[in-house]
Amino acid sequence: MFAYYLDLALRSLKRNKALTALMVLAIALGIGASMTTLTVMHLLSGDPLPGRSAHLFYPQVDPDTTPPHAKEPADVMDYHSAVDLWSARRADAQTLIVDSQLKLRAPTVNLPPLMAMMLSTTADFFPMFDVPFRYGSGWSADDDAKRARVAVISADLNDKLFGGADSVGRTLRLRDSDVRIVGVLKPWRPSPLFYEVAGGRYAHGDTAGFYGKPEDVITPFFTGLEINDGSFQQFNCWHVPDTPGHLEDAPCEWVTLWVQLGDASKVAAYRRFVADYAARQKSLGRFVNADNTRLRSLMQWLDYNGVVPSDVRLQTWLAFAFLVICLFNTVGLLLAKFLRRGGEIGVRRALGASRAAVFAQCLVEAGLIGLLGGIGGWLLTLGGLWLVRRQPTPYADLVHLDTSMFLVTFALAIAASLLAGLLPALRASRIAPALQLKTL
Amino acid sequence: MLKMNHLSKVYRTEVVETYALRDFNIDVKEGEFVAVTGPSGSGKTTFLTIAGLLETFSGGEYYLDGIEVSNLNDNARSKIRNEKIGFIFQAFNLIPDLNVYDNIEVPLRYRGMKTAERKQRIMDALERVGLSSRARHYPAELSGGQQQRVAIARALAGSPRLLLADEPTGNLDTQMARGVLELIEDIHRGGATIVMVTHDPELAARAQRNVHIIDGQVVDLAEEPRFHAHAAEAAHEYR
Repeated sequence: MFAYYLDLALRSLKRNKALTALMVLAIALGIGASMTTLTVMHLLSGDPLPGRSAHLFYPQVDPDTTPPHAKEPADVMDYHSAVDLWSARRADAQTLIVDSQLKLRAPTVNLPPLMAMMLSTTADFFPMFDVPFRYGSGWSADDDAKRARVAVISADLNDKLFGGADSVGRTLRLRDSDVRIVGVLKPWRPSPLFYEVAGGRYAHGDTAGFYGKPEDVITPFFTGLEINDGSFQQFNCWHVPDTPGHLEDAPCEWVTLWVQLGDASKVAAYRRFVADYAARQKSLGRFVNADNTRLRSLMQWLDYNGVVPSDVRLQTWLAFAFLVICLFNTVGLLLAKFLRRGGEIGVRRALGASRAAVFAQCLVEAGLIGLLGGIGGWLLTLGGLWLVRRQPTPYADLVHLDTSMFLVTFALAIAASLLAGLLPALRASRIAPALQLKTL
Repeated sequence: MLKMNHLSKVYRTEVVETYALRDFNIDVKEGEFVAVTGPSGSGKTTFLTIAGLLETFSGGEYYLDGIEVSNLNDNARSKIRNEKIGFIFQAFNLIPDLNVYDNIEVPLRYRGMKTAERKQRIMDALERVGLSSRARHYPAELSGGQQQRVAIARALAGSPRLLLADEPTGNLDTQMARGVLELIEDIHRGGATIVMVTHDPELAARAQRNVHIIDGQVVDLAEEPRFHAHAAEAAHEYR
């Protein structure tokens, strides 16, 4: 019967093209607006490391010795706590992270120096975060210890400086120091840039900055501190540092630690380890608030920081409200369309159509309108995303319609139109056939 | 085939109850051709819509082909309508957007019949009403008589055991009406039970039995002479 209902629906839609166009347009506009914002929301709220994120954790301690003591520990760590926990090697893998800005150039390339962001981290960074390489590889733990003058560069920087060629072995001048390139990344764009997310609770929803591009140069942690000494920015200090920019011994929080833990028992053990460490630091007089420690998973950490910008959330709500308005219009138009066919429905009922059959026929027609609205909505979504890509937001280059959202567009359009068709179809199926036939 | 015992149909509003049928009794045997006559507003069409399971009734019993229908749900009533009853309306009631073939196909579709069988039945029915060459025509392209013949073909295609006709010639001129009536008689000769509501005494005279309805009740004209004048007057009015 579905094929029959589909045939009847097509005839019905052709019968009144203007009304059909109006309904399709209403659905398309609602779907276009909601799918544009939903796609952005989907891209910004997704898991940046599917399959791995459940094993990545973010430890926090509270080294701040000044009252009042916060309920939550600081978002990043002081240098000593971070290095102590990292050096203990109690996790399956662990990495320290800090970033800074510096001037760089390739001595053998005739290009002016440029300002770039440098990520200073440790060897586990690459396998932990599944960072893809085009040429070469990362460095070893031994390179970390020896403060080796090596670097990994981004695909963008490699394109810019070396025209995309294999630059492994070539020299890069970072500030006043030369480093040897050991690896070149493939294009890599985690969304959000999860390993740098911190301070979201102070951002009041203005979190678009979490979706920026990864750094162009990556160096071993201690190498980076030496090369760019004096250029590091603190996240928070509980006393004024003696020398701004030189933060190793400063009462400041500025270093991030990520750990990889393979199973629940390891997570529990590491949580105890962090708590024990904090207690030990308290006994040494370095911590006051030793109980204030946390170990959040990657996704918990992103949630805690409210990474999705509040304006994106608001736009999504508004767009869905607009979809609801469009659906109300569609309900009215469908109601008028179906009830105007009361005579035909009466005849069909007399000839053996049950209420369920009339209901199904009307819903198929509503679904077909939804499908057509979905096509229009898909085109409008592509246009909407094109406009978003032209906005000056850090995540503009991320915005695209992937396969899942393409399918969601049509599923949402059909579901919305079926929802809109429920009441009109129910009313049509309740038409009294005798009354219609008497008045024909 | 069709038996109603003490059947009533009441239309209720907040202030008034109107009886369309009251203590209504009728027994139509299988294969009978019964004409139902009566003045306007007497309840003829209400009887027909209840007989055709298009409307429910307020009290009494209704047996259709031996089945008491008052407790049947919508699906069961629709199935009986589809398989056992054929309708012919005064206003033809063809679906304007469907061509002749597709109009006749409607009840067969709801019966879930296979394409080949549907086609065979439709072509047979069209041949029987003499409209084989008009299968792809739309109702608007046909005369009134042709439209009514399509409506009869639609009823015939389903091979109904009970044919309910409501003023089948009411919208036709004399010549067309005669053709339609001959078709109905032909269907009757084929074994179908026919209940035809009409104002037309000439048409009623062609039936095997006449049932007269006045004020929602079946009356015996022989025993109620006061209705003779009423009926004759009504017949004159519509002649």
